[in-house]
Amino acid sequence: MSKNPPTFSKPKKPNYLSTTNACKLCKPLGACLAFKGIEGAVPYLHGSQGCATYMRRYIISHYNEPIDIASSSLSEKHAVYGGGPNLKLGLTNVAEKYRPEIIGIATTCLTETIGDDVGMYLHQFAENTKGSVGLPTFVNVSTPSYGGTHMEGFHAAIREVVAQLSEGGPRNDTVNILPGFVSSADYRLLHEILGDFGLDYTLLPDLSETMDGPALLEYEEIQSGGTPIEKIKAMGRAKATIECGGTLGAMKSGGDVLREKFSVPQSQIGMPIGIRETDIFFNLLEELSGRPTPEKYVKQRGRLIDAYVDGHKYISGKRAVIYGEEDLVVGMASFLTEIGIHPVLCASGGTSGKLKKAIAAVTGDTLAEQPQVFEDVDFYDINEMAEQLEIDLVVGHSKGFPLAKKLNIPLIRVGFPIHDRVGGQRILHLGYAGAQQLFDTVTNRLIEKKQNDSPVGYFYM
Amino acid sequence: MAKRYRSSQLIVFIQFLPNTTVWHMVCLRLANKEMFTNEGELMEAVALKDRENQIFVKGDKPFDIVCNKDSLAGAVSQRACVFCGSRVVLYPIADAIHLVHGPIGCAVYTWDIRGALSSGPELHRLSFSTDLQETDVIFGGEKKLAAALRELIARHSPKAAFVYSTCIVGIIGDDLDAVCKKASEECGIPVIPVKSEGFKGNKRAGYKAACDALFRLIGTGDTSKISQYSLNILGDFNLAGELWTIRDYYKRMGVEVVANITGDGRVADIQKAHGAALNVVQCSGSTMELANMMEEKYGIPSLRVSYLGIEDMAEALYDIARFFKDPEIMERTKKLVEEEVKKLAVDLEPYRKAMAGKKAAIYVGGSFKAFSLVKSLRLLDMQVALVGSQTGTKDDYAELEAIVDPGTVIIDDANPLELINILKQKKVDVFIGGVKERPIAYKLGIGFCDHNHERKEALAGFEGMLNFAKEVHASVMSPVWQFVPRNNSAKPSC
Repeated sequence: MSKNPPTFSKPKKPNYLSTTNACKLCKPLGACLAFKGIEGAVPYLHGSQGCATYMRRYIISHYNEPIDIASSSLSEKHAVYGGGPNLKLGLTNVAEKYRPEIIGIATTCLTETIGDDVGMYLHQFAENTKGSVGLPTFVNVSTPSYGGTHMEGFHAAIREVVAQLSEGGPRNDTVNILPGFVSSADYRLLHEILGDFGLDYTLLPDLSETMDGPALLEYEEIQSGGTPIEKIKAMGRAKATIECGGTLGAMKSGGDVLREKFSVPQSQIGMPIGIRETDIFFNLLEELSGRPTPEKYVKQRGRLIDAYVDGHKYISGKRAVIYGEEDLVVGMASFLTEIGIHPVLCASGGTSGKLKKAIAAVTGDTLAEQPQVFEDVDFYDINEMAEQLEIDLVVGHSKGFPLAKKLNIPLIRVGFPIHDRVGGQRILHLGYAGAQQLFDTVTNRLIEKKQNDSPVGYFYM
Repeated sequence: MAKRYRSSQLIVFIQFLPNTTVWHMVCLRLANKEMFTNEGELMEAVALKDRENQIFVKGDKPFDIVCNKDSLAGAVSQRACVFCGSRVVLYPIADAIHLVHGPIGCAVYTWDIRGALSSGPELHRLSFSTDLQETDVIFGGEKKLAAALRELIARHSPKAAFVYSTCIVGIIGDDLDAVCKKASEECGIPVIPVKSEGFKGNKRAGYKAACDALFRLIGTGDTSKISQYSLNILGDFNLAGELWTIRDYYKRMGVEVVANITGDGRVADIQKAHGAALNVVQCSGSTMELANMMEEKYGIPSLRVSYLGIEDMAEALYDIARFFKDPEIMERTKKLVEEEVKKLAVDLEPYRKAMAGKKAAIYVGGSFKAFSLVKSLRLLDMQVALVGSQTGTKDDYAELEAIVDPGTVIIDDANPLELINILKQKKVDVFIGGVKERPIAYKLGIGFCDHNHERKEALAGFEGMLNFAKEVHASVMSPVWQFVPRNNSAKPSC
């Protein structure tokens, strides 16, 4: 039954120039997170001190884990004469104190605008330190924050890691998995699935341990885990690449580089969220491994369908707004659609130009009425539109809380950042296991809402 | 578990940098950081060479420390930037819009970042940005800024607008003064540029830029109805409603508060702040500059106070009472302090008993706060092993050195590895700091108390002292520490 929601054919951008409560973060933050998923890596920002500190604070509030991001700490004279000397000094200090295997260097708007050529500085540095023992590897990526979002920064960093480190050679039997930016629990789940298929694989990046580590006796200057450099080097020889993300924009991705440079066959799929998208992922794994899906996952899938059936009436026809990173929005739209919830508004601060099409591809068969989809919007727009759409549910990261509170409806916390709860890094989104958790959470929150709002206060629902 | 990066491989590399000032050979030590036995060795193992003079261990040597300098590249400073300094000071002014002129990052990382409460409007909790794009960087951002100001002022009807410049604005050379002046004329409200380009100094420079911005507001309001017994509250940001507690004390003393600068701040109050008889300055690192400017121009004297801890809180109220030289105010003040302290002494006792002898470390933004924390911890019979700040001055550190016990480490502009090594060496039970310090404490298996601007617990005033004791107690005395490997190394620990 349609509630005849108003349609918003024109996003606000032609009318409003300013951004209020952005639904995106800046590029260097994404790059730092990508680098943090490489074994022995220290992320490094070539810019002024504030960028690194702000991003550390932002990331810590989600993960509750240490994340040291070094900085060139540029001051006024460096902005005038160039940041090269400070970059080299900074890299030396990081190398001395952290003894990293790799330093991932991302630029900032300051150094991009003054025209610092990081590639050239690194070349000089390599020349000057020739013959030294124990030098880390350097990877650099250009991430000016005046364009794109943290996801462009994340994917650009992965692309540069592959472009600068991977090597060709005789094919091996490995599969490259580039899942994009997901939770630590998701990366752990991917390890489990790929391992259960008996695949030899390289997962890049891998934030399963580096950003969700155990309590240890000895503090680790660089947290254990992450994708080993040796495995990254071998990615050019893999037999296939699976890359998650249907909205990777116009920019070249890591998978593109591996295909173009080393002819590694590439499969771009959506994030495996919900049954249908996970099936696509598992079909690929069956194909690549030559094995049927392990019994464990067949049962997981069966239980998930059983749960969908048990819970469907509590959620049928509910209306949701979804916001956040574009690929996550697409995945969540697919999941909500298949369980009978109508995503009426899908929004992102990203600007890939592909969001609408990607969402139509996962909702088209099921939904009679397509969701309204907006790129390049902020929370001012999202809230304004959502308030007129009679929604039952808000789905996204923590920054949607004011909206959910105002409308007195549940906020289903997914993605990044989760700043108002513990355990953001342990939220599972992917695979049948992720869908099971999401389904239980969504259904129970809607039941809870009904229960709390009821004057009767039912014991049985 | 993987320990490969702590291997004892000797790494030597020689660095020939084109810039002659930093040509030097770096030889990495085989530092087994557990083994050092004296303070000299601690220093050597902890600090990068260029930072050794920013760490001082109280002992036989005369006090000396280097501070207020740019952070060392690659040292992973806990500091932010000039913009951060300005943003934190002006942030709580709740009926103004705070427009960050720059790419999106600077605005989005400071969205609703503080626990600064407002009793009315909440414009300060919104994050406004011009969200500069590549074309703006190439062709200049002035037009976009002017348009952004127009639309935001029309949308929100603020009482004033602050426009923060970020790194990139300093490079592309937008004329913020001109745009703000024009917007102010058009819209009929003060539109004030804040010169906070991130790279133009450290956080202290940002405080100065914020004070300059505030100073442009002050002196434009009507002061005719202000009492002779009146003051401005400077440097309290109303975290968790702390300023309301303090205002209540002043009310009970019979002293009028003219302007909160800036906690629960209002533009109109700040505009008439020059009518107050006294400036009471907390967090002196951030707003002392403003008090000095006001003294010079308007002849308003200032008192430096702290509202943290019983001693400093009582001292602040007595100082103010003495300033007004009014026996009735003094009488009311005595009564107030007596009432509060009497109640508090009883309430604090169980916490003191439980935590006596525990060891604390302090790393905060401003060093004046550290001073009060040392005293507060002492009141709880706790020891202080480390105390440091991001932005302390030499005088601040000298004062700190005078009150701490021998062996205490004093540190300026620290970084995670230095803090970790000192915390481990000193076997600390609780670390008092901000969000960036929290994972350091927790990964080391030690307690933590959030004393930064994001805190949601009121820690100022007399009742704040009790909250502080509760906060520290809640962490230090938790049973979870029995499981952490450092207390339970017999059990397998990954």
